[in-house]
Amino acid sequence: MNHMPRINRRAFVVGSAAATGGFALGFHAPMGAAAQDKTPEINAWVVVKPDDTIVLRIPRAEMGQGTLTGLAQMIAEELECDWSKVTTEIPSPAENVARKRVWGNFNATGSRGIRESENYVRKGGATARQMLLQAAANEWKVPVGEVTVANGVISHKSGKKTTYGKVAAAAAKIEPPKDVPLKDPKNWRLIGKPMKRLDTVDKLTGKYQYGIDFRMPGMLYAAIRDCPVNGGKVASYDAARAEQMPGVKKIVQVGATGVAAVADSWWQARNAIAAVSIVWDEGAGGKVSSADISAMMAEGLTAEQAFVGNKAGDAKATLASATKKVEATYSYPYQNHAPLEPMNATAVWTNDRCDVYCGTQNSEAALASVIAASGHPVTKCDVHRTGLGGGFGRRARNDYIIQAVQIAKQMPGTPVKLVWSREEDMTHCAFHPATHCKLSASLDDKGNLSGMHMRISGHSIIASLMPDRLENGMDPAVFQGLTADSPEGMFGYNVPNLLVDHAMRNSHLTAGFWRGVNANHNAIYVECFIDEVAKAAGVDPLEFRRRHLRPKHLAVMNAAAAKANYGKAPKGIYQGVAQIHTFGSYVAAVADVSVTDGRLKVHRIVAATDPGYAVNPAQIERQVMGSFVYGLTAMLYGEITVKNGAVEQTNFDTYPMMRMDEMPKIEVVIVPSGGFWGGVGEPTIAVAAPAVLNAIYAATGKRVRNFPLMNTDLRKA
Amino acid sequence: MASLNVNGKVYQAEVDARTPLLWALRDTLGLTGTKYGCGVAQCGACTVHIDGVAQRSCQISVGQVGGKKITTIEGIAQNGVLSRVQQAWLDNEVPQCGYCQSGMIMAVTSLLKSNPKPTDEDIDAAVTNICRCGTYQQIRQAVHAAAKKA
Ligand code: FES
Ligand code: FES
Repeated sequence: MNHMPRINRRAFVVGSAAATGGFALGFHAPMGAAAQDKTPEINAWVVVKPDDTIVLRIPRAEMGQGTLTGLAQMIAEELECDWSKVTTEIPSPAENVARKRVWGNFNATGSRGIRESENYVRKGGATARQMLLQAAANEWKVPVGEVTVANGVISHKSGKKTTYGKVAAAAAKIEPPKDVPLKDPKNWRLIGKPMKRLDTVDKLTGKYQYGIDFRMPGMLYAAIRDCPVNGGKVASYDAARAEQMPGVKKIVQVGATGVAAVADSWWQARNAIAAVSIVWDEGAGGKVSSADISAMMAEGLTAEQAFVGNKAGDAKATLASATKKVEATYSYPYQNHAPLEPMNATAVWTNDRCDVYCGTQNSEAALASVIAASGHPVTKCDVHRTGLGGGFGRRARNDYIIQAVQIAKQMPGTPVKLVWSREEDMTHCAFHPATHCKLSASLDDKGNLSGMHMRISGHSIIASLMPDRLENGMDPAVFQGLTADSPEGMFGYNVPNLLVDHAMRNSHLTAGFWRGVNANHNAIYVECFIDEVAKAAGVDPLEFRRRHLRPKHLAVMNAAAAKANYGKAPKGIYQGVAQIHTFGSYVAAVADVSVTDGRLKVHRIVAATDPGYAVNPAQIERQVMGSFVYGLTAMLYGEITVKNGAVEQTNFDTYPMMRMDEMPKIEVVIVPSGGFWGGVGEPTIAVAAPAVLNAIYAATGKRVRNFPLMNTDLRKA
Repeated sequence: MASLNVNGKVYQAEVDARTPLLWALRDTLGLTGTKYGCGVAQCGACTVHIDGVAQRSCQISVGQVGGKKITTIEGIAQNGVLSRVQQAWLDNEVPQCGYCQSGMIMAVTSLLKSNPKPTDEDIDAAVTNICRCGTYQQIRQAVHAAAKKA
């Protein structure tokens, strides 16, 4: 059957004012559809059109992870509507503010889209359902308890039938009931089913609108160069030549740190900004190179002062008196998120309003940035959300949005689309933090872990991005996956004497939330080191884990091992395992690899996930598979280095990516144990690298402790 | 001014002949389905067909294209019906963020024209585009599915 392409994302409405030069400001991009045809909402979450079309409002950003469809499933589950009639709308952050944050948090980072909104979105659907049923009951003059619904068709035992669309107008006027109970998970019809994504077709025809595709009449294009050294600024610039170039409208300074060219097309802007000669005041960062950062972090491994993240018994004394000890030191580099769509935003600034059109993972924070940069109050600003060509944490930072406003403010009334070149994007990022780690463990006479000390030294994301959230100078997020009991990551191993601590060592770069965040390196450190300890104990790595893991960690590890036929690999294939609990979910992986003449081939990976409840297994499977591409790309190639303060990698030729030919076959096992809601988009990244690294060790006897792997010659054992 | 033949339509584009085709398509003609990812022939997000052959439009200037026939992602569906490759992409739910998929679909459409039943190795060699979301396994499945329907 062929599918007819159709526009299921609303076109942006530009008012007629645009033609007269005063641009149509304050038009509501994504929410306009319902407003336009004046269909009243049942509540903030649900609009039912007279033709039974269901419009569900989805606040969290969709960047490919499938949250749009997942949240729609959850509202629709309680609403009991016809899934084939479901469409979606995206409210704007200003609308959320104006309605006292009726849609809760818009932030799509930390794999929280589902797990931190599941309760109120389901309540939204349940409340709307009760109002619709009440409207039918009122019309029929029967008690609401006698009215039932299936797929949006309401029935009464008398044989009467009506539809949601027919009673929607009356339902919209009913006082919302309080505390409508949610369905028992055993009665779910949509949650847990592999429903097709709602946003696929337009991504196949070129119609889906990403920020970079946004257009308005009279719009100009901007290209930027920001100081190559983080923390530096513009000393002076000479734009004389650039100003004479074709199509160029203006060369402007952007804040203290950048210069932008504004032109009729982006290509003209890009050529013009390249022709501006800029003198930079690089500041202290200009003297820093990667070796300096590495030395600073190495020093932190033995520093007296450190923050404690997890402690049991007395690890130091146990290690000091141990007869059998294992020690190892690892390190992990800075990395760029590199979403395929470079950073961009379109801004329109006038004397009394500022509107921005862009993809963002956190449009409420983006709105706050727009308010600050524009000088206008919250009632005169908005962020109109477009699609995102990947987020991965990068689009949770608003630097590109602030720049767009700073440029637009210098061209009042003219919409300006700022697009970063890939080179600008690669060199200006809140990078995955670099860290070093020293691990020491002791074994008792039965070969079990008696003590373990894990000292992390490195860059704190919280110190870089939100220093007001440090707790007495400490960044608790660095212990992701290593804590005693946090949902963000519980250390899986029972060790009677345990110490996990962190020495903060920040460079002049900005560290940021990078898909998987601190769990990525923490999992490599722990899971590779546990293999080293198992080796010292003379025990198979999986068996060693079975002796030490907590039950839920172990259950998911066992699920992966069973499916992977652990221990029965074909000749020439070697296996490695890894597990972690993070972002509220338990995940594990078994990798099958071979290494021939130093060439690594990953043949197969089996990944198991326990997210508590699994909302959409088809999308979970895709997120898990994608996590291996993201995690293995990082392991194989991901490294940002600096020389004289500036990032050395500039594009995909110097910052390589895994492609089709390196893609292993991945099998996903979903083992939802129920009773909790865990994240899906990020946890699996953490096990990708250690499972493969442990398999490489099994194949070669070579223990890789520094990354990326491309810097290591696997031929020499 | 340059004359460009895109998706069966001839446009008079007000653009310098040295402009990469990618930017003329996107900014001058408003055909934004063709994406910018790197500008240096690395990612393939900008892939279009020039006289039926997949090419990276960031690497070819408007002047070099001349009167050749250009097909972009907007021109792949016929009369509102998805092409075989697009349909396979839909059936296998390939896209995540979707940003790379215009280029992927253009690359695969061209591959299937020259090699109707590609092996996994053929696919690896021909589809060198980058997908940051990691949809490679779905792409492989979808290519085989599309090939089967030929
Ligand atoms: S934009 Fe042309 S190959 Fe990347
Ligand atoms: S689907 Fe996002 S880059 Fe491929």
